[in-house]
Amino acid sequence: MRGLAQSYREALARLRVQALLDPGSFSEWVGPTQRVTSPHLAALEAPVSFDDGVIVGQGLLHAHPVIMIAQEGQFNGGAVGEVHGAKIRGALLRAVRDKPGAVLLCIDSGGVRLHEANAGLIAISEIMRALFAVQEAGIPVIALIGGACGAFGGMGIVARLCDVIIISEEGRIGLSGPEVIETVKGVEEFDSRDRALVWRITGGKIRRTLGEATLLVDDDIAAFRAAAGEMVGARSLFLKKRGLNPTTSSLQTLQAAQQQLGARAELDAEIRDGQVLWSRMGLGDQVSLMSPEQFNRRLEALES
Amino acid sequence: METLHLDLPAIQDASLNPRAALYGVVSSGNLEVLVERGHDATRCVFEVQTAAHGFVEVWKAVLTDFAARHPVGGLSFAIHDAGATPAVVSLRLDQAFQSLRGA
Repeated sequence: MRGLAQSYREALARLRVQALLDPGSFSEWVGPTQRVTSPHLAALEAPVSFDDGVIVGQGLLHAHPVIMIAQEGQFNGGAVGEVHGAKIRGALLRAVRDKPGAVLLCIDSGGVRLHEANAGLIAISEIMRALFAVQEAGIPVIALIGGACGAFGGMGIVARLCDVIIISEEGRIGLSGPEVIETVKGVEEFDSRDRALVWRITGGKIRRTLGEATLLVDDDIAAFRAAAGEMVGARSLFLKKRGLNPTTSSLQTLQAAQQQLGARAELDAEIRDGQVLWSRMGLGDQVSLMSPEQFNRRLEALES
Repeated sequence: METLHLDLPAIQDASLNPRAALYGVVSSGNLEVLVERGHDATRCVFEVQTAAHGFVEVWKAVLTDFAARHPVGGLSFAIHDAGATPAVVSLRLDQAFQSLRGA
């Protein structure tokens, strides 16, 4: 019997890092004492953070060396600025050199930090390029998504570039966030205050159903740790079972993804959100009440 | 932004383990506190950057109270604040100090 769950969503990034990795194994790069803060925020007289809202470093996951990148969603919505982006890029390039078992990317971000405009946009593209280099080197990049900010904007794209996405029901993935869509297209298009609707369109369960996320887990740091642990190491059975061995990816993987997207386009236009899709799939109308375990089991039964 | 530098007399607890630690996060109504080893065992140094203007006297009161409550000699505290209330500031400072106790 294990103790009370430690919510992944509620935890700060520093706590997530400590609890995801083997106890005491994490060592940070460009940590808060080095005071590498955002020059853009300072120029705007906006508060800065000692770590610019992201923690990068190395540690062990079930004794496998991994590189850890964790965004702090509470600092400017986890948004990517120049320093923040450079830290992520640097950690990814370090992975190419050091060849760890995996890179864990804890995304909790609304996307580009608007205060930093072009510098933030460039940072996102640098992160993408570095991520491809990591994959090219045969190292899996595992995204963990379960924070309050989800993975939106540029970080939504980065999430979908990862080899694996572990997500909680509370986690979300999207490009434009609900508020942005409502502002641009009107409340008739998307009511961002309708929480249930937002989650039926961007939440963990629908992303898993559509094959965009790999695995749904409880909102529990230990559950994220266990799931990530199964995927670490070149001989990970989990990755092989799903044809996700990054060393054999590239063209095959891309073609499979293209096929999947083609099938998505064929879906009935009346399917506007998860509820309709789930009832068409025969999962009934109680999907929102299913535990991740029940949900994964039902979905795997349908998929096999 | 408003900045505040405060250097207060304080007693030292030699049993403390003055490793650097960061507490809290810079978000609305919250702050981060970075505690590090200082230069003088008889003083405690505070560097505050705050988004809220005009509260220097309140900051001085809260920090002086904190330095009187704990043996913080030989430590330095750097703070990035985004409009935290005095109670939250005291709480984060206490958390940062407590982290120096034990292993």
